[in-house]
Amino acid sequence: MTVGAVGDPMMRSAVAPFLASWAEPFAQGFFVRALIVAIVAGALCGLLSGFVTLRGMSYLGHGLSHSVFGGAAIATAIPIAASGGIAGALADQRLLLGAALWGLLTGVGIVVVSRRGLIGADTAIGVITTASFALGLVLKALNRRVERNIEGSLFGSILGVDRTDVVTVVLVTALAFAFVVLAYRPLLFLTFDPQVAGVSGVRVNVLDSALMLLLSLAVLATMKVLGVTLIAAMLVTPAAVARMMTDSFPRLLAFGAAVGAVGAGLGMYVSYFTDTPSGATIVLVESLAFLVAFTVAGTRRRRLAGMHAH
Amino acid sequence: MTTSLLFDEVQPLIDARAISVTYGLDTVLDHVSTTVCSGDFVGIVGPSGAGKTSLLRAMLGMVPVSHGSIVRRSDLRVGYVPQLETVDWNFPVTVRDVVLLAAHRSSPRPWVPAALRRRADDLLEQLGVPGVGDRHIRALSGGQQQRVFLARALFGSPDVLLLDEPTSGVDVKTRHEVLHLLGDLNSAGLAVVLTTHDLNGIAAHLPRLMCINRRLIGEGTPAQVLTPAVLEATYGAPMDVLDHMGVPMVVERVPLRIVS
Repeated sequence: MTVGAVGDPMMRSAVAPFLASWAEPFAQGFFVRALIVAIVAGALCGLLSGFVTLRGMSYLGHGLSHSVFGGAAIATAIPIAASGGIAGALADQRLLLGAALWGLLTGVGIVVVSRRGLIGADTAIGVITTASFALGLVLKALNRRVERNIEGSLFGSILGVDRTDVVTVVLVTALAFAFVVLAYRPLLFLTFDPQVAGVSGVRVNVLDSALMLLLSLAVLATMKVLGVTLIAAMLVTPAAVARMMTDSFPRLLAFGAAVGAVGAGLGMYVSYFTDTPSGATIVLVESLAFLVAFTVAGTRRRRLAGMHAH
Repeated sequence: MTTSLLFDEVQPLIDARAISVTYGLDTVLDHVSTTVCSGDFVGIVGPSGAGKTSLLRAMLGMVPVSHGSIVRRSDLRVGYVPQLETVDWNFPVTVRDVVLLAAHRSSPRPWVPAALRRRADDLLEQLGVPGVGDRHIRALSGGQQQRVFLARALFGSPDVLLLDEPTSGVDVKTRHEVLHLLGDLNSAGLAVVLTTHDLNGIAAHLPRLMCINRRLIGEGTPAQVLTPAVLEATYGAPMDVLDHMGVPMVVERVPLRIVS
């Protein structure tokens, strides 16, 4: 008899609790919802990270998440007592709507200010989004309703993920993927060569605004799981990993989405056992992927260079 | 009847009427007028910061004019080749991807119809860079990179080709090849406008030159504008013009000789 065979009753009794503990999180409804949100949002942010990094706007993810926080705070501070009907539904979702609108406005504001050419885009992002974040913090301190509503969005909390969040993130992700596929070549043109794209008939302003809107929506959809302070990493790291794996733009987008999804899923899963904040764990997993890709790419490049030398 | 026919024949592709271009308080172009007609081959020369690129960009509609107007023929198709220095060579994009950017309207999705793909590969072959479609743009030589962007510009069968410094940073052999290539395209009916720093290697061989330094200093054949007077007015430095096998050759009148 082979020692350790699966059919061995002794082995089975040893393995069963082990398996049970590994599968344990999947029995928890809240965790499954959070895991779905993490994986889908990871794919969404990973896809968009390609555009963010290639346009040299890595700082934008950081900025936008902070600005969206301000928008959510403003929206919840407005006392609306509507109930029922469309007005009631709008009032219920005002955190989401306010944040999305504010994110879009900030995005457009950044584009307008930096196009004037007096200050760089990074400076514009720094000024506008930090002001927005500060406004959110002040409102949070002044207003108890704001505090209750947005406390969790600072660092993320998986306990609050409900079915609406799952549906929202799935819809936003479907929208983003459809947009990238339908407008693939104009987007590539805009990202690679914005000036020539503009005179070649690419509707630069429309596509730029659409990307800003999608980024804001992505930040919103991810906020609950990751927290505003950590979303930036999800909008940068996947593309950074993917860039070291390929020289092709479509593959960079696909790999970015894959790295984002796997990293977020794995991070979320690990965080259940380590009992660490989900956002931070996800970012650490993705950073580890970056470290591995960086090391492997460096070794490969050196080997290729060595081959060319001989 | 006859007059309208004549008018049609000479209707310019691009008509710049007393255009000025300003960036903030800086006027980089001051009341410059010129026309580009079918079959033209024009070189724009002048010192750094003279407004060469701005004139090209104004013709494209890439920068707004603060005075005057640019009139392009209504159905005009323009091909533009930017200065290679402005390209992000680390961008993850293959040669064929770059050429196919020109097909962003007819084929916006990631997948490309076989006919467009073939057209891109055929163009690359015609321009002397066959079989490089799947390579990353950084993996090519300067001359090859120039041809890739030329292929993108030619993809939409333009009436006029605008090139910004097409031979900066390439060696003598490549410069000759690019010049011959542009000459062939021009002979085939394409109007060509380029900016250049290279008076002897490029400008002296073109049929028509514009010397600019914010203002238009002179316009005409190399024999007409490559003169000590026009050149000094354009560059602000004394220059002599010699005759080299019937082609004007500009030499700098160096004020002092540095001897080691």
